[in-house]
Amino acid sequence: MTTPPDTQGIYLDNNATTMVAPEVVEAMLPFFTEQFGNASSIHAYGNRVGHAIKQARQQVQALLGAAQDSEIVFTSCGTESDSTAILSALKAQPERKEIITTVVEHPAILALCQHLETEGYKVHYLPVDGKGRLDIQQYMDLLSDRVAIVSVMWANNESGTLFPVQEMAELAKSAGVLFHTDAVQAVGKLPIDLKDTAIDMLSLSGHKLHAPKGIGVLYLRRNTRFRPLLRGGHQERGRRAGTENSASIVGLGKACEMAMEHMDDEKTTVRAMRDRLERGILAAVPNCFVTGDPTNRLPNTSNIAFEYIEGEAILLLLNKLGIAASSGSACTSGSLEPSHVMRAMGIPFTAAHGTTRFSLSRYNRMEEIDRVIEAVPPIVAKLRKLSPYWSDTGPVSDPAAAFAPAYA
Amino acid sequence: MWDYSEKVQEHFFNPRNAGAVADANATGDVGSLSCGDALRLTLKVDPQSEVILDAGFQTFGCGSAIASSSALTEIIKGMTLNEALEVTNQDIADYLDGLPAEKMHCSVMGREALQAAIANYRGEEWKDDHEEGALVCKCFAVDAVLIENTIRSNGLSTVEEVANYTKAGGGCSACHEGVEAILSRVLAEQGKAFDPYAKAPEAASPEGGRKLGNLERIRRIERSIEAIRPNLQRDHGDVELIDIDGKNVYVNMTGACVGCQMASTTLDGIQQRIVEDLGEFVRVLPAKAMRKSA
Repeated sequence: MTTPPDTQGIYLDNNATTMVAPEVVEAMLPFFTEQFGNASSIHAYGNRVGHAIKQARQQVQALLGAAQDSEIVFTSCGTESDSTAILSALKAQPERKEIITTVVEHPAILALCQHLETEGYKVHYLPVDGKGRLDIQQYMDLLSDRVAIVSVMWANNESGTLFPVQEMAELAKSAGVLFHTDAVQAVGKLPIDLKDTAIDMLSLSGHKLHAPKGIGVLYLRRNTRFRPLLRGGHQERGRRAGTENSASIVGLGKACEMAMEHMDDEKTTVRAMRDRLERGILAAVPNCFVTGDPTNRLPNTSNIAFEYIEGEAILLLLNKLGIAASSGSACTSGSLEPSHVMRAMGIPFTAAHGTTRFSLSRYNRMEEIDRVIEAVPPIVAKLRKLSPYWSDTGPVSDPAAAFAPAYA
Repeated sequence: MWDYSEKVQEHFFNPRNAGAVADANATGDVGSLSCGDALRLTLKVDPQSEVILDAGFQTFGCGSAIASSSALTEIIKGMTLNEALEVTNQDIADYLDGLPAEKMHCSVMGREALQAAIANYRGEEWKDDHEEGALVCKCFAVDAVLIENTIRSNGLSTVEEVANYTKAGGGCSACHEGVEAILSRVLAEQGKAFDPYAKAPEAASPEGGRKLGNLERIRRIERSIEAIRPNLQRDHGDVELIDIDGKNVYVNMTGACVGCQMASTTLDGIQQRIVEDLGEFVRVLPAKAMRKSA
């Protein structure tokens, strides 16, 4: 593996986006210069690009374990794939007016569903328990011939918690309901073999697995009824019109090939780094806890709630030391509301605002992890010294009564 | 990442007066835990002179909340309580060389903590006037409750009017869909339908649609500006009316307003005041903009 560019920073925000692998950049470069042809053209310029796209499609197919390479539809991003999947299911089955999803989906699903509610669709949002888990019985009770599509994420972007999508897809299939999964966080981190599942549609995003931004895939099981989002050309067999983003498609193909090669690293070295980071922080910092389901989550993600302090302040102090992470606090999002995922799990506000997500990749090194384990405790201590919920030695007794600000 | 000024960063990394004042005789607790910002301000006030001898803060919040708390304590130390009550959230933001628009509420929280602490010292009850609505316009931090109330009380029917009255939707326009949804709902309650192509009524003024004569209009603009001047003069600035050209009102900012980076915010404030007084939309521009276009 090529070592990443030598930067002083420690990048632990790989669920937000990843570094483009140097091999991926190298594979892409010819497609900006001599391989500039339009894959649709009859001449050699176009033909060579067409072959490269075909190869990339097979590389994606291999990573997903899809039965056919024609089941791979290239899109511009995960969000487009999500919208295409849900809107297609509604258009293709106009008599079905219901959608089943979960409260902890990415906004690419949630904002679309909320919008569809204003157009008369009924959306069922499955709740989660304190560890971010679904109640499958409740899900089964909602399945009916009124439901156009189920859309459930494979892995949660904030906590890393995995949903039993394969089991849920089987249940949907037996009820005659289409099943889509937003798998942008799972692809490349977990082995996936779609041909052995009942999943009808799956979204993936290139930039989450060391390919560039601006490229995504919708996996569309053969013979799934489909209505395109973009019409206009015959590209992607008419399922997604628009001239192919050939350089990025080639890059995504290469990234998928590399993800296959390194799949074992995820559950060995990446997981070992994540576990060491988490144990180190939990041992050194009082009043913090892991959110989500630690026994069933992505191997690269650790989301730790630091009580009585606020996440943006943590990130700013980490950033000063060159450490990049992210937070579920209101202030980091610009939305002025804490993470919907943390709220759905019933995490109290005093902890939800202090949730900090560390998401690793195979490009991290154990030395970096040790530096982060050293950096975090003094940062938390510094902010707690400022906090109205903290005394010299620990949280004030009965924090909710000790500090109850007006308009809380 | 937010675009924080050097001063904000400096006060965040090295906060002044952190922690509770040991022998405090005034405490103000404000903030919203759901929003993730809350502040306890403690003061030591001299009972004879009412001078703030010491101030300390404890803040649960983001970088700009901590910096605003730090700035507040620096500003008010040594002031009398009456002087301190004159401190505005804009003073706190100015002290920090400005805050990002979405973070202005951090400075508001600072001012409110101060009011609450002084009320606490004087044995009064402090009440906040917070709207508890979902944020619709992120550019100008306008929430759904304010928009809805403004639509109702002024009989608004278009997105343009809502922007003129509340500023919501006057920035990036991403919230126009949300504003339309509120308009549709409120109008439906009144048995009316929202028409997206309707023109804003010429004068949705308190005058009941009567168009002002030219002279009367100029006098009103003059009166609005006169009313604002004392506020600016307090900060050693001033404003004078230069010309009115249709919907454009040209002014000169003088004194401390010259070169102040909050000058454009001040212009917005003047504009809002004139729009409210006049009941029609005008644009307040610096006089140099007039020379450019001439």
